[in-house]
Amino acid sequence: MAYRNPLTPYLRLTAAQVRSQAQYRFSFVLDLFGQTAVTVLDFLTILVLFRITPVLGGFELHEVLVMSGIAITGFSIADLAVGNVEQLAHYVRTGLLDAMLIRPRRVLPQLLAVDFQLRRIGRVVFAAVVLAVAAAASGVEWTWWRWLLVVTAPLAGAVFFSAVFVITATTMFWWVDSREFSASFTYGGRDFTSYPLTVFGGGFRRLFGYALGFGFVAYHPTLALLGRADPLGAPGWLGWSGPVVASIAALAAGALWRTGLRHYKGTGS
Amino acid sequence: MNAVITTRELRKEFTVRVKTGRFSRARRTVTAVDGVDLTIEAGEMVGYIGPNGAGKSTTLKMLTGILNPTSGHVRVCGLEPVPQRLRLTRNLGVVFGQRSALWWDLPLRESFRLLRHVFDVPRADHAARLAQCRDLLDLDGFLDTPVRQLSLGQRMRGELTAALLHGPRVLFLDEPTIGLDVVSKQAVRGFLSDLGAAGDTTLVLTTHDLADIERLCPRLIVIDHGHVVHDGSVERLHHRYGSHRQVVIDLEADWDPGHAPEGVTAKVDPDDARRVRFHLTPGGPSAGELVARLALRAPLRDMSIVEPDIEDVVARLYQAAPADSAG
Repeated sequence: MAYRNPLTPYLRLTAAQVRSQAQYRFSFVLDLFGQTAVTVLDFLTILVLFRITPVLGGFELHEVLVMSGIAITGFSIADLAVGNVEQLAHYVRTGLLDAMLIRPRRVLPQLLAVDFQLRRIGRVVFAAVVLAVAAAASGVEWTWWRWLLVVTAPLAGAVFFSAVFVITATTMFWWVDSREFSASFTYGGRDFTSYPLTVFGGGFRRLFGYALGFGFVAYHPTLALLGRADPLGAPGWLGWSGPVVASIAALAAGALWRTGLRHYKGTGS
Repeated sequence: MNAVITTRELRKEFTVRVKTGRFSRARRTVTAVDGVDLTIEAGEMVGYIGPNGAGKSTTLKMLTGILNPTSGHVRVCGLEPVPQRLRLTRNLGVVFGQRSALWWDLPLRESFRLLRHVFDVPRADHAARLAQCRDLLDLDGFLDTPVRQLSLGQRMRGELTAALLHGPRVLFLDEPTIGLDVVSKQAVRGFLSDLGAAGDTTLVLTTHDLADIERLCPRLIVIDHGHVVHDGSVERLHHRYGSHRQVVIDLEADWDPGHAPEGVTAKVDPDDARRVRFHLTPGGPSAGELVARLALRAPLRDMSIVEPDIEDVVARLYQAAPADSAG
């Protein structure tokens, strides 16, 4: 007997994890506030910067807020959905990974489902509100393609950051604990993406922005959304490249995960 | 012949990095499982034992599709475990004594419901198996209790049920009685014994509690240093390692060495000159013959037969060098 929808068992596992956490209501509410507060601080940093300077890398406050709104909404969705993959080393040590392997289901979605952390949803909501307010304040004309872009850009960002989470976590199959290394790409990548590429030096910009793809998550979509030309001279259609870059990253992440799991099955560590 | 598990020359090597200096590391290869050949037939109950680090759990991980063998052949239910993991795991039940497959914060009943979805079990089959386990394992009193509030014995009964709800052909039990009190141990053993007797499920059990083996497993496989050092019945193990049943006899008067029948040696109890022990060896007289002959020579007051202690045999086995006891 096969399910018509192959996601059903994973959704049931996720729902069970949410019910488990609902057992500790007070702790859940506290965590929810704590997590949301962290995101509030991310945006506060930007407000503080703009008290010193009226323009950052050629962009005004509301423009940077649109950019960071896309970046942090995308990041927060990824963190909610796959962020717990960071705990991979812990799952290996406690035997949870082995427990997933003895069930007739895919390992990664099981791991994500059984340790799903609903408390991270506060971040998504707050970041999305900032994006909505900043976009509304930008004064652009809301054509159908702007609506499309403002919805797809954070979603493509979510897929992209999910891939980054999986790729960096997978390194733990080779280096037992590499969380610091992973964090520099996940959280570091989020911070990089929240600001205009123009504020970064050339080499750093080329590496993170283009070679690793973070520039396609928020910077270029924001330019397209606001109808601005790139001060660095890149073509405008790059604003729509997010879904393509995200798909490539997701495929790479899937391939790397499978390689990592095969390595684990070879070495058991 | 209907083998459920076969392995040929199964090997697993791990590479470990050993610190040799402040910055230098040397790679060293450790062979955890070293050429294991097993054939386990459908419906068998097999005890798989060995000291810590002998290769027990590595073997189990290779049989369940968690680890890939370094070399050798392995088939479980006709499938190759790692490449065919998704199909194989539908046929396997696994109970880890030290790790729970249940949802800690949810009622036991919820865990069973979730596993029905994870294993795609038809509703009617699931309900029938659950009803049977509820009955045999007496689960009704705590089905609605969150797992974290269950006693260890109750939890283990839950784990057994969880492993059986999808109707596995092979049940792997890793230390199923660890930490349980005597009553719970008896309950678990009784249940497994009935399950094995029904003949539909093949049971492979690892344990440090040899009473589990004596109670449950007609066949015993002992592994040490990655080698199988014994594969056969518990009796054959005793036979090979020279542990024998003893007849203990209490006499009306002090023991007279002249009364000893031919072919056996008597050992007088150091604290009681009226108590003697005879070791029964395969070539010598049986317990009945021995007692009959003795009764003709000296008046007997009481007698008992002491079974050999498997713990002693296994302890001796573990201490033996791996190379010369292999086979």
